[in-house]
Amino acid sequence: MPTLTTPSTPSAVWNRQHLLGLQGLSPVELRLILDRAAEFKQLHAAGHTKLDHLKGVTVGNLFFEASTRTKTSFGLAAKRLSADTVDFTASGSSLSKGETFIDTARNIEAMGVTQMVVRHSTSGAPHHLSKHLRAGIINAGDGTHEHPTQGLLDIFTIREHRGQIEGLTVALVGDILHSRVARSNIWGLTTLGAKVIVCGPATLIPPEIERLGVEVSHSLDDIVPRTDVINLLRIQAERQRSAFFPSIYEYAHFFGMNGARVQRARQDVLILAPGPINRGVELTPEVADGDRSVILDQVTNGLFIRMACLSLLHEARQC
Amino acid sequence: MSSLLIRGGRVIDVSQRLDQVADVLVRDGRVVQIGRELGDVDQVLDATGCIVSAGFIDTHVGIRDPGYEEDETTATATAAALAGGFTTIAALPDTQPVVDNAAAAEYVVLQAKRAGNCRVHPLGAVTRGHAGVELADLGQLARSGALAFTDSQSPIASAEVMRRALEYARMFHRPIFVHPQDPTLTAAGVMHEGYFSTLLGLRGMPAAAEEIMVSRDIALAELTGGRIHLMSISTTGSVEQVRRAKQQGIAVTCDVTPHHLALSDAEMQGYDSRFKVRPPLRSSDHIASLIDGLADGTIDAISADHQPYASEKKDRELDQVPFGIVGLETLLPLCIKTLIEPGRLTWLQLLSKLTTGPAGILQLPQSGSLASGVPADITVIDPAVDWSIDPARFRSKSRNTPFANWSVRGQVRTVLINGEVRYRSEGS
Repeated sequence: MPTLTTPSTPSAVWNRQHLLGLQGLSPVELRLILDRAAEFKQLHAAGHTKLDHLKGVTVGNLFFEASTRTKTSFGLAAKRLSADTVDFTASGSSLSKGETFIDTARNIEAMGVTQMVVRHSTSGAPHHLSKHLRAGIINAGDGTHEHPTQGLLDIFTIREHRGQIEGLTVALVGDILHSRVARSNIWGLTTLGAKVIVCGPATLIPPEIERLGVEVSHSLDDIVPRTDVINLLRIQAERQRSAFFPSIYEYAHFFGMNGARVQRARQDVLILAPGPINRGVELTPEVADGDRSVILDQVTNGLFIRMACLSLLHEARQC
Repeated sequence: MSSLLIRGGRVIDVSQRLDQVADVLVRDGRVVQIGRELGDVDQVLDATGCIVSAGFIDTHVGIRDPGYEEDETTATATAAALAGGFTTIAALPDTQPVVDNAAAAEYVVLQAKRAGNCRVHPLGAVTRGHAGVELADLGQLARSGALAFTDSQSPIASAEVMRRALEYARMFHRPIFVHPQDPTLTAAGVMHEGYFSTLLGLRGMPAAAEEIMVSRDIALAELTGGRIHLMSISTTGSVEQVRRAKQQGIAVTCDVTPHHLALSDAEMQGYDSRFKVRPPLRSSDHIASLIDGLADGTIDAISADHQPYASEKKDRELDQVPFGIVGLETLLPLCIKTLIEPGRLTWLQLLSKLTTGPAGILQLPQSGSLASGVPADITVIDPAVDWSIDPARFRSKSRNTPFANWSVRGQVRTVLINGEVRYRSEGS
């Protein structure tokens, strides 16, 4: 089996040391990541499950906030590229002994970690770290701000099924206010030429979001027939400080995706959900497991997106 | 009998509506006369090209002493005050312990005496421990020197408690200083609610949170006949409400900070904690209203709202960082940049916000004036000198300023208290 270390796309257009968000990425940069991920996916399908792009590199997974899928996905992505990995989780760590998260990250960097995957409950925390460390930072979700690799894997999944993003109408449904996935989707999709509708209860739509170039709707029924993609964001009970809607039942009634709503949608509609999903709330089991759902494709693709990001950032550091 | 002549400066005294090139004669620590050819003196201070004003007064300064000496001490706060042109400051009671009893107020006075820099008056707490529940010993605090009562940055959530405080404080002719902010609308907030909070995914604090409390406290001032002073207002609605209340003769005054004039919420885009202040930096339409309010007299004073914090407290995740900026040493050049240079305020107007305005709020008739017979607390300003703000040179113990490396114009040159030079800028 040949060793596959040569980047097939010239890395001259990717010169960022950090991936902090999708805001500000150019269409060229976004396509570069998507294309790289597609290559990794093809290689994987062809049996190349272990590549050596990151051989000798140590990737730190710093999860200051709990995560299962994202952390597993990043860990696996690094290993598929032959990186060594160190994991840090906030529970039972030195943070509980009063150490600041910057000091924690500095200590991990001092162990030779040159790339860090950072998840934190505070918006902007990865930006803060990027100013204090030399390591490359990948934002794995910061507070209610951005979750760029989730946005990318959503876009990758849509592109895989529909060929291109330009001209599509994509609805983001649910808790937009607290959703980092929403913001990353908005930046990535609008940059690539999609029309984005955000749809949810008025209490969960942040002020002046129209200025990000999106349409606002409070009626899922109104927008279902005219969307190509419906991305159902999780209702994040843990982020809600007060009652944003009367009940889960009422939420599901107005904003849950069910069989009847799928019937009224376009035949080729795609149903996405970043998960973890609350069955019966954001979507019913028949929709989650139905033929329009690409939820598990998203999870699979997440791995290739994260491999693409890790390898591009590493290459940017080499030149 | 020692005498001093401050010669040839542009003397601006708001209390006498005076703005002319003249000499100021000081004898035995008091202002004697303003004019020319005032006779022989022991000492001469050349103020050619400078502005000579009554010393500045700040109505609410975080001195952090006792309890938070890692942030600031009375000695460093008062040294910073002098360097900023302030001869009198009122100290916020949000120390540890809180200044909610006579002994604590007397400690503030004692520490100021030990420091020997500028004049310091204590502000007393409205409620015990700033908890918003039981009234502090307001009468004894007043007797120990507290010029006003305030729960500092803690809003008094209960309208009932606020009502009783206003009624009770009236007996001692003291105002209540409030930080208007509805705590239920600002919980967990870090910045102004609007486009940028949406963009950044940061929890916002809407303008309405401030305006609701401004409205409530104006209504309670009217109900009780008490006097309120609104600290650091920041929104269009607040300015409009104060303007209306003043027209109706309600006893309300207010101030703004220079950072709410110089910076907008767009600054939060770097997630830099140095921009995290309370009330939050607002959008540009609010800033325009604040400047209008200063120009038409609705806003009585400008306060630095000096809030020093040690670097380890500010260099953290944004939601864990305390609110505040150190401001005493940067107030004057920022006022010049935002108000004088664009032609929005005259020097006479600006100095009214730093002298007679705050003196009126604190009821200090001997301060903020160059009338003959008052103690010679005088600030000499060089309005033309260009310099760059360097936090490493601050007298304040803390460096939490967003204005590092700003190019500014105008500097405090000399500060006198009781006719004695307490501060002289380098190179003067």
